[in-house]
Amino acid sequence: MEKEVKIQLLELVKSFPMGKREFLALKGIDLSIYSGEFSGLVGPSGSGKTTLLNIIGSLDGPSQGEAIVLGQAVSKLSHKQAAHLRNQSIGFIFQTYNLLPVYTAFENVEFPLLLLKKSSSERKKAVMEALDWLGLADRAKSKPGTLSGGESQRVAIARAMVKRPEIVLADEPTANLDAENSHHILKTMVDLNKSLGTTFLFATHDEKVIGYLRRIIHLNDGKVAADEIIEK
Amino acid sequence: MLAIKLAIRNLLGAGLRTWLNVFVLSLSYVMIIYMNGMLDGWNSQAKSDMRVWETGGSQYWHTEYDPFDAFTIEDSHANIPVDFNKGIAAGDFAPVLITTASIFPEGRVQSVLLKGISINQNVVQLPSTSMLGEWDDIPAIIGKRMAEKNKLKKGDLLTIRWRDVDGTFDARDVVITEIFSCNVPSIDAGQVWIPLNTLQEMMQVANEATIIISSSEDDLDILSAEFVYKNFEFLTEEVTKIIQAKSVGTSIFYVILLLLAMLAIFDTQVLSIFRRQREIGTQIALGMTRGQVVRLFTIEGAMHAVLAAGLGAIYGIPLLLSQAKNGIPMPEGTEDFGMAISDTIIPEYSIGLIVGTIIAVLLAATIVSYIPARKISKMKPTDAIRGKVQ
Ligand SMILES: Nc1ncnc2c1ncn2[C@@H]1O[C@H](COP(=O)(O)OP(=O)(O)OP(=O)(O)O)[C@@H](O)[C@H]1O
Ligand SMILES: [Mg+2]
Repeated sequence: MEKEVKIQLLELVKSFPMGKREFLALKGIDLSIYSGEFSGLVGPSGSGKTTLLNIIGSLDGPSQGEAIVLGQAVSKLSHKQAAHLRNQSIGFIFQTYNLLPVYTAFENVEFPLLLLKKSSSERKKAVMEALDWLGLADRAKSKPGTLSGGESQRVAIARAMVKRPEIVLADEPTANLDAENSHHILKTMVDLNKSLGTTFLFATHDEKVIGYLRRIIHLNDGKVAADEIIEK
Repeated sequence: MLAIKLAIRNLLGAGLRTWLNVFVLSLSYVMIIYMNGMLDGWNSQAKSDMRVWETGGSQYWHTEYDPFDAFTIEDSHANIPVDFNKGIAAGDFAPVLITTASIFPEGRVQSVLLKGISINQNVVQLPSTSMLGEWDDIPAIIGKRMAEKNKLKKGDLLTIRWRDVDGTFDARDVVITEIFSCNVPSIDAGQVWIPLNTLQEMMQVANEATIIISSSEDDLDILSAEFVYKNFEFLTEEVTKIIQAKSVGTSIFYVILLLLAMLAIFDTQVLSIFRRQREIGTQIALGMTRGQVVRLFTIEGAMHAVLAAGLGAIYGIPLLLSQAKNGIPMPEGTEDFGMAISDTIIPEYSIGLIVGTIIAVLLAATIVSYIPARKISKMKPTDAIRGKVQ
């Protein structure tokens, strides 16, 4: 069966202004991510993983080339269209959690559902379920300030997954988790991937995560160094 | 609506910080309404005192008469037009003859205005009837300020020197038959009131007057080349000016107060840009549009003003009501303020004042929230999330 392309990167270049010169963070990336993949960008710090995820998540535009996400060219999206794409189809797990500080864990996870205009009962059910997966049901009323790093990370994961997006972009999702929690969460993600066909794209250098990946895209210095499929 | 729901959530989530801002803002509501209400109350109290004691409903002035120019006074009198006679008899008009004179309290010379008013008038509240009866000397009434300044008591004698129409000086004693107490300095300080016909005799200007006080506010269209109608607004112009000057003074105070309140909102919305720009970047990353973000933050700011109106009402209404009932005591030493001011002022809070204040504060809060929200929402979400300040 021919797999559907979810994300397609065509000679993608990203440069950042650095003083008078330009700094090339991504130096021409060609890549296709297919429906239902459980793949990861792996590479040393500064290799461009976060930059790449940001462009795929339409938070940033390419300098040259194109990123086509769910059939839409990121560089051509208006702000509104980009917001719509993120809202409807993409779950973002940030390297730095980025929880909304004045909201409780419950409200943080609920936020994407509010934007999707889900009914209150739907929201409640989905949020409690997501918090349950991540073992956070008893912290629903806590604010980010009172949560540990690991708990915050799990809230961020719940927030990305709660709306069951087509694509989950996860930037170092296990950086602050202990081994047990990491495995628990990764297994949950694998389950979702299998049951709903959610496409996962990680950015990581965590061996535990790498162990679960079925495709490893090695990034080095803004270029794809290797692309291996792991048969399981 | 999503924006309102989220705005409420943000406000409640921010907890104490929100309530501090709301409290400061509510203070500005209450203070603005309080100060304005006091000025309005003072204005109408001053004007009603003036009406009762001094101006009546309107006046007819001799064309030459200028109360601010002492040199005109000696020439500004003429025969009372016959058209007034019926009204004078009916008590609708009170003619007043005015001249300058000198008194000699405790051996000093002091210039005064000598005013003649008919004993039986009741157009103004001056106790002119206390000059009724047989007196060895000319009966006179003076105000409390005049009495205090010159250490005069009821029954005291005072020598007065004046000039008649021909410019001849003459002097006689007057006896103080009454000392009246009123809030209107312009009929009190430096003035001596005696019976109209006595003054007419003294000046040798029978049946003449300088002004005619009317109990009606309307221009009765009395034909006269020598007397012109002056309406109540004109007569109380000075008070209006003083109140306006005071309003400008207090406006500066409101502006400061409002700025303080706005600063509190501005601070929450902008100065904490580090924290909030990450928040906004995150919200955009989670799929909010710029428009939604701007709406959310603007509503959030405006809602401070709405909550403040509620909080202000909780403590402001009882406070303002009790003052409207009991009045605001005025400090000692306002006697020489130059306009009528009573010991307590009953403030007046009009609907217009209250609604106007609420709208002004609401508008200001909305604007100070909208501007930064728009700016922040234009940041690249990746920069916003990284916490870069522009
Ligand atoms: N907005 C920016 N402005 C300037 N330089 C940037 C910007 N974002 C990223 N970079 C640079 O681009 C390079 C790639 O950064 P990126 O964050 O993508 O790396 P990464 O692979 O995610 O690293 P890490 O594993 O440490 O998260 C780095 O050298 C970084 O300094
Ligand atoms: Mg990174």
